[in-house]
Amino acid sequence: MNNKPKVGLFVTCLVDLYRPNVGFAAIALLEKSGCEVVVPETQTCCGQPAFNNGDRASTIKIAKQTIEAFSGFDYIVAPSGSCAGMLKHHYPELLMDQTQWSDRASEFATRVFELTCFLVDIMSIDLSQTRFDSSVTYHDSCSGLRELNIKAQPRQLLGNIDGVSLNEMEDTEVCCGFGGTFCVKFPEISERMVSDKVALVEQSGADVLTGGDLGCLLNISGRLNRMASPIRVYHVAEILAGMIDEPAIGEPTSTNTQP
Amino acid sequence: MEAKSIQFKRNAVEALDDPNLQAALKFAKDGFIGKRTAAVAQLPEWNSIRNDVRVMKNHVLDNLDHYLLAYEAAVLANGGVVHWAQTPEEATDIIATICTDMNAKTVAKGKSMVGEEVDLNAALEKAGVVPIETDLGEYIIQLADEPPSHIIAPAIHKTKEQVTGLFHEHHRQYGLHEKITDRAGLVAEARQVLREKFLTADVGITGANFLVAETGQHVLVTNEGNGDLSSVLPDTHIVIAGIEKVVPNLDDASALLRLLARSATGQHFSNYTSFISGPRRAGDTDGPKRFHVVLVDNKRTEMLGNELRDMLRCFRCGACLNHCPVYGSVGGHAYGWVYSGPMGAVVSPVMIGLENAPDLPHACTLNGRCSEVCPMSIPLPSLLRRHRQATFERQLVSNASRYGLTFWAALATRPRLYQLFTQSVIILLSRLGRRRGYFKRLPLAGGWTRSRDLPAPQGKSTFMALYRQRRQSL
Repeated sequence: MNNKPKVGLFVTCLVDLYRPNVGFAAIALLEKSGCEVVVPETQTCCGQPAFNNGDRASTIKIAKQTIEAFSGFDYIVAPSGSCAGMLKHHYPELLMDQTQWSDRASEFATRVFELTCFLVDIMSIDLSQTRFDSSVTYHDSCSGLRELNIKAQPRQLLGNIDGVSLNEMEDTEVCCGFGGTFCVKFPEISERMVSDKVALVEQSGADVLTGGDLGCLLNISGRLNRMASPIRVYHVAEILAGMIDEPAIGEPTSTNTQP
Repeated sequence: MEAKSIQFKRNAVEALDDPNLQAALKFAKDGFIGKRTAAVAQLPEWNSIRNDVRVMKNHVLDNLDHYLLAYEAAVLANGGVVHWAQTPEEATDIIATICTDMNAKTVAKGKSMVGEEVDLNAALEKAGVVPIETDLGEYIIQLADEPPSHIIAPAIHKTKEQVTGLFHEHHRQYGLHEKITDRAGLVAEARQVLREKFLTADVGITGANFLVAETGQHVLVTNEGNGDLSSVLPDTHIVIAGIEKVVPNLDDASALLRLLARSATGQHFSNYTSFISGPRRAGDTDGPKRFHVVLVDNKRTEMLGNELRDMLRCFRCGACLNHCPVYGSVGGHAYGWVYSGPMGAVVSPVMIGLENAPDLPHACTLNGRCSEVCPMSIPLPSLLRRHRQATFERQLVSNASRYGLTFWAALATRPRLYQLFTQSVIILLSRLGRRRGYFKRLPLAGGWTRSRDLPAPQGKSTFMALYRQRRQSL
């Protein structure tokens, strides 16, 4: 009999589109920690673009679809604090008034975790065999930090890896200016915020910027690239899984092979 | 003042290009945040007080009519008069009438955000009464003819050099011709000019930080003592306050005071905290002869009855402004009206109409730092989302963004179609940008690429497509 916890991976739309490596890294980490991982095919996005732009009706439809897609799993894990926060906190709020859904959404929420929290708090993963020789700085993404209290877990995991030195940047808890559609609706303000962030990333002296949310990383990486900075950007799951053979975010592909 | 919130985007761009403003904002941000953090760290019971006052304020809001009537009765018993104003016009009419009945020529004003909200100075001037702001920051922006750009530091956007210029221009009429350039000298000159104004003012008008229902007192917190002089020296004292300012008793006011200065300026306590009980009593050696309170609604009862009710706990400390990265980038004037920052983005659309400020609730990354520091535990991001929902439902957002969202939502609720679509997009994007790794420019992505490159997708396939291939090959 299989006693492994059964985890449904919520891939997140940005990982699906931009960085499949993060999804495979998440699977590798979850399997390494002792889980059985399945990726339900009826998932799309957590619904934040609709939720944060005021389209409540569409958000509710997406919420129900996601809850359906992940029924039957012991845990639902996402490599993103922002999406996990949406599933864990905002789905129950959105479905609070719908009698046949409110209990279901609350029960669903208890099974939802962000990847690094899950690996530390639930699975106590052992990463002692992993190696990454780099100085790393970690950007605390806002939703993960404030909705899910993700702060110690990714640092603990990075600390377990041989060769990693953590160079904390100043104001690591300050928003990078991504904010979902904010960055395209208010590009000038977003530019100021990401410029401030990039300055602090550079001041940290780290060779690599990492974090738990691809949205923020795409934003900061895009600005670093525009400023011709040599700092490389990886999602924390890629580093933890040792899957850093892929070019970093925003770097050209060196070969023509698929991952 | 005329609201300019409708042009938030333009205001913001101008603010970002204003080097004086940017220097002032940076200076202010560094000071406020560090001082608050230190002050809060020194109070181990911070979170427990925070929790208690949230419960207390919610109780007051649940029983607002009761506490307001109790406050009114107590003020009457102390010899004062209470006036009720539903609209800004009613509030300013009441105050202007009191002033003209007294044949008042000048009014000494303490800093009052609700006074700004109802545009009191303009109404007084129209009635032939000269209002003189006595808070240094308010005085500076009155000379500059500008609205405040911060709740507790209204002239935060002004540099020392700009203040030198304003004083040099306006103080000549008092025979002060020297151009003063040092901070202490500027403060001394303002004090000299204002002292005379206090002594000759016919009426004093102040706000109130709290109204105490049990005693009829109001609490006034300042760092300059100007509120006290405005209250005590003139023969008539008028207090203007929003109806949400009432608290049951002195213990409740004390609990709020423990949070207020720490949140606002990082002080343990403001320099002056006064409990003012109304007009001069028999045997008192000073104090006003007449005492009025004007209680202002201005949409507050509307908020009491809708999903923005939590906002009525706000006691205007400004912590959310100080910690907001958007406010820190563009300053207060960009918001186009009296209130700014996160609290302003919630309150202004209510008071001036969402149709006149549709961008404000959207000009936020929902990073949540504001509610993290809010001493009254107001869930500001959730309240901003409520406004966003209204902008969507009332079609106050651009058509492009509405149609884009509708199209996206139609896809996101159809997983198979969604995956076909995303896979085609990735094939296209990877053809265009994979070799380079990023895009410098891309159609429809100008907002992104003006200031940053757009990383190209990692490969030629979405995760879902790769995952399916992998499963089939097993």
